[in-house]
Amino acid sequence: MATMIGLGLFFWGLHALEVTPGRLIDGIGQLGRVFMLMMPPAITEHVWDYVRAIGETLAMAFLGTLVASLLAVPLALMGARNIMPVGPVRLLVRRSSDVVRGIDSLVWAIFFVSVVGLGPFAGILAIAINDTGVLTKLYAEAIENTDREQVKGVRATGAGRTQTIGFGILPQVMPVLLGNSLYFLESNVRSATILGVVGAGGIGFFLMDRMMINAWREVALIVIMVLITVACIDALSRILRRRLIGPVTR
Amino acid sequence: MVDGSLAAGSLPDPAPRARFAKAWGAHRRARRLQWLTGAALLALLIAVSAWLGEVNLALLWERLPRFGSYFGRMVPELAWATLWDDLAYWYWNGWQWLAALWQTVLIAIYATLFGAALAYVFSFLAARNLTPAPWVGVAARRTLELARTIPELVFAVLFVFAFGIGPLAGVLAIGLHSFGALGKLFGDVAENADPEPLRGVRATGANWAQTMVYGATPQLAPDYLSYGLMRLEINVRAASILGFVGAGGIGQELYRAIKNFDHTDISAIALMLIAAVMLIDALCGWLRGLLIGRDGLRAL
Repeated sequence: MATMIGLGLFFWGLHALEVTPGRLIDGIGQLGRVFMLMMPPAITEHVWDYVRAIGETLAMAFLGTLVASLLAVPLALMGARNIMPVGPVRLLVRRSSDVVRGIDSLVWAIFFVSVVGLGPFAGILAIAINDTGVLTKLYAEAIENTDREQVKGVRATGAGRTQTIGFGILPQVMPVLLGNSLYFLESNVRSATILGVVGAGGIGFFLMDRMMINAWREVALIVIMVLITVACIDALSRILRRRLIGPVTR
Repeated sequence: MVDGSLAAGSLPDPAPRARFAKAWGAHRRARRLQWLTGAALLALLIAVSAWLGEVNLALLWERLPRFGSYFGRMVPELAWATLWDDLAYWYWNGWQWLAALWQTVLIAIYATLFGAALAYVFSFLAARNLTPAPWVGVAARRTLELARTIPELVFAVLFVFAFGIGPLAGVLAIGLHSFGALGKLFGDVAENADPEPLRGVRATGANWAQTMVYGATPQLAPDYLSYGLMRLEINVRAASILGFVGAGGIGQELYRAIKNFDHTDISAIALMLIAAVMLIDALCGWLRGLLIGRDGLRAL
């Protein structure tokens, strides 16, 4: 009986999403044709434009993550239960980070395009604000999970509030902070590749543009370039993580 | 007199001290050099990025009030006396938005199901300890990498082109990306699977597929489900923007409102979206608690 209801719900949902076998088969055929059109990837005179756009994408991801990481530390301290004794402040920081986080970076990008105009700067701001929300939450949780004994030890030496935070808490959370920031750098390189869709700079603009004019062989080239870039950044981030944090299993 | 003899007695030879001071100095110089190189490299990286990214802080400072007024215009006019009418005016298209929001949630659910089902199969192929053959493992891991590196929106544009405008393209796009992301997480979990039950099942004469279903699945199911629920939360967010490229859901309405500068529409839709995301997060968190809580303290 439960299976019947489950299956019924499943198919009703498919119906609501306008999924039909005919559409699926047609679409797969169409997809096959597109793949045929993509081969072989075209190397045209636009290659240097793409290289520059990928550089722009990396710059957006890097600066966005950097700014977010720097902003998130004080915010996280204000949102952590063991540091901020004033409840309402904590609540305000946590809830506003929830709201900021709930809005996708693409939506933020549209906002910022309308504020500072078209270009990668809008993308940087979008990534920075979205990640400030995410990192504030993650950092605050890391700070709340710190070991109390070390903090007590530092306090016992007669350290003041700032000193306790600086020498008792920050050294403990530093690896988590760095690890998260590196992880978000990787993920931001991926998300920065699409911000160009709304005019916020990077390779996304070219990707969409070439798709719209059905230049599939160039699309294939761009996708391959993006894949290589992402693989390089992932490798780099792995090396950095090992050097900065030591061999941590993640 | 006493002090002098004591000092002389404990440190008869100043040489080790000098050597230590020298070594310490060299160490500190090396550290400082390393630190300076790092800082210089970082500064260079920031400068290059700022140049490539066309950073213009003066412009931002100048336009900041505009940002404030943008949000200011998003606040609807609500008066206590006519609260009901004002709310109705604010949410003038509320039912249609609710339907689009429902579609967004459906897209996320079906995409998660689709991605998780594929990832379930691939996790056994990709896990180094379970894979039927090493080359299958490598091929599976590369496939998963490819699927999670290409952004959902790129898949979405491609699928809108192939399958037509509508939610189907969205389901497939998010599903494919989830497949890549979940496949990796599932595979990592599967690599830590306890080999004893696998051996037990295999000893009964089970083939590879049967071993996976009856030996590996039961012990991995809680972790898989937990990761699946987490992915659902992410996918609701992802589904909310797919409408930008015509792949269904509330994104279409949001994009229209933003393009047309219908500021109160933006806030109305955004609030609905945030509420839905929070609701689903809470629901998933509760379900996950049920799942994990029963199994004792699993670190997740």
